[in-house]
Amino acid sequence: MTEVIATNETILVVGGGISGMTAALEAAETGKQVILVEKRAYVGGRVSQLYKYFPKLCHPTCGLEINQRRAKQNPNLRIITMAEVSDVNGEAGDYSVKVKISPRYVNDNCTACGDCGRAVESEFDDEYNYGLSKHKGAFLPHKNAYPYQYAIDPAMIGTDDATKAKEACKVDAIDLDMAEENIELKAGAIIWATGWRPYDAAKIQPYGYDRYDNVITSVEFERLMDQAGPTGGKLIRPSDGKEAKNVAFIQCAGSRDRNHLTHCSRICCMASLKQSTYVDEQFGDDADVSIYYIDIRAIDRFEDFYKKVQANDNVKFIKSKVASITLDKASQNPILNGVDTEGYHRYANQHDLVVLAVGMEPSVAEFPITLTTNSNGFIEADDSNGAIFGAGCSTDALDVNRAVQSATASALRAVQVVNKVAKAEG
Amino acid sequence: MSGNKYKSTSFLKEVEANVEQGDWVKMCMQCGVCAGSCPLGNHWEHTPQKIFMMIRAGKRDEVLTSDAMWMCTSCYNCIVRCPRELPITHIMHGLATYSKRLGLAPANNPTQKFAELFWKNLTKKGRVNELKLGIALYFMNGIGEGIKTSLKMKDIGLGMLKTKRMSVAEMFGGHGVKDKSGFDAMLKKAFEIEEAKLKKFDS
Repeated sequence: MTEVIATNETILVVGGGISGMTAALEAAETGKQVILVEKRAYVGGRVSQLYKYFPKLCHPTCGLEINQRRAKQNPNLRIITMAEVSDVNGEAGDYSVKVKISPRYVNDNCTACGDCGRAVESEFDDEYNYGLSKHKGAFLPHKNAYPYQYAIDPAMIGTDDATKAKEACKVDAIDLDMAEENIELKAGAIIWATGWRPYDAAKIQPYGYDRYDNVITSVEFERLMDQAGPTGGKLIRPSDGKEAKNVAFIQCAGSRDRNHLTHCSRICCMASLKQSTYVDEQFGDDADVSIYYIDIRAIDRFEDFYKKVQANDNVKFIKSKVASITLDKASQNPILNGVDTEGYHRYANQHDLVVLAVGMEPSVAEFPITLTTNSNGFIEADDSNGAIFGAGCSTDALDVNRAVQSATASALRAVQVVNKVAKAEG
Repeated sequence: MSGNKYKSTSFLKEVEANVEQGDWVKMCMQCGVCAGSCPLGNHWEHTPQKIFMMIRAGKRDEVLTSDAMWMCTSCYNCIVRCPRELPITHIMHGLATYSKRLGLAPANNPTQKFAELFWKNLTKKGRVNELKLGIALYFMNGIGEGIKTSLKMKDIGLGMLKTKRMSVAEMFGGHGVKDKSGFDAMLKKAFEIEEAKLKKFDS
């Protein structure tokens, strides 16, 4: 049974991505009691699935490691993974929250030795790699996961493989009888940091994401660069494993489009400019990148990065929203059809691989509670939300830098609420 | 209406005032999806994207004398894909109507000719007389070609007669609406409204 001590001076953080972790740590480091609940088996969220950050092109693992160490060292912070908030009642300074904890089937004895993983055969789609690869039924979510513990895929429970995994474990860490738990806890303020999800690319019918193997999304492209990822860090395309030297990026795939997301997702321009450097990194002068755009929105200090990419002769910029993608059956090359805005030239260009720079959609659509949101579904800073504060991408389409700023701000708001509670209780 | 009266002012304003759905033109962000999505794209003098830019650039004569908007087949691909939901098809038809009204439409454009035949045919009785319309269409480009087309299509014509999809009796008079005078009054009223609209913008 998960024991949780919480009072109405406790701050609850929902979501353990970069925003949730930042908010939780900032609040905990001021001496407040913080509980962080995370839906996945590990914290770090979508940032942990990135190869590099823009604009400095450093690796996110570095920043995550620092946050994980801060979390480990702080006695005020309690992290509960595989947990989702199912209901919230009460008001500012006095919330009662229901949390559903799914079974991990692995307890804290786990040393991540990997014996269980080697003992089982069955494999399941790896969400961490957006389904581009499979993981074993007993698996470590990723190489830098925190908590550094294995988990068992619920689909494997009840099979012989589950028993095999249990028998292989030398430290008695596997508990196949673990059941779903529903706990209730108190909180004075709640930070909602449930983040974003990539827009479903299959809904952009003319681009054929669901029909063509060699049309992938920008988040999937990030996974290709991970040495421990589905391709071992090689930029190869899904249909035949051919090196993807000639890569096209399609901007505003789902964003700024009244048929899809009306807002500008703000990160996709910089993401594609960044990803063009991946192709350059792997193939040097053989790299041949085309970026199809409506307009490049690399704001303020990102302009320098944009200029640098523009100066690279191997990167072409084509001002045009691609109308449709067809397929050259023999070569499996996607063909991009459209008309460019600078001269109105009609084109039908073949590429090895097409990357859709998909938009950011708030995952707050799945809210268990009613919150005031804007027309795009992002949480508004509104009094009607009481002491429930949005943080990071649950409030807007943000890059990591701005998400962290937003998280720190929300931590400050939450601290003020619990301070008031403490004062009232003397 | 005088031809050049807007040249010194704004063609965009003229379009907004006189063309059906013309006030949408300014919403175009020049992404090019309509141009790329048009199945007849290769055959246009100017794509919708380009037409919208030309309107904003004040290229009045080029736009209104162009055959571009007459090429629209109303497939609606552009409307479906436009990220700003511009009613592109309707604007194209609006532009075509406006250019026709001003007498600037290209004289030999077949779509325009057909539209005229269709309108004349329809307004006579309030119902389309398919037999007369078909024949008029075949002979649109002269007697020689008309006979050739008629011979080519004769099997289809006979088939339609046999299955009673078409009647020879239509050649003499043909069927119409019950209340012809009411229909005429309606058309007259519509013309009056149109005229009033034009005059309002004129002054």
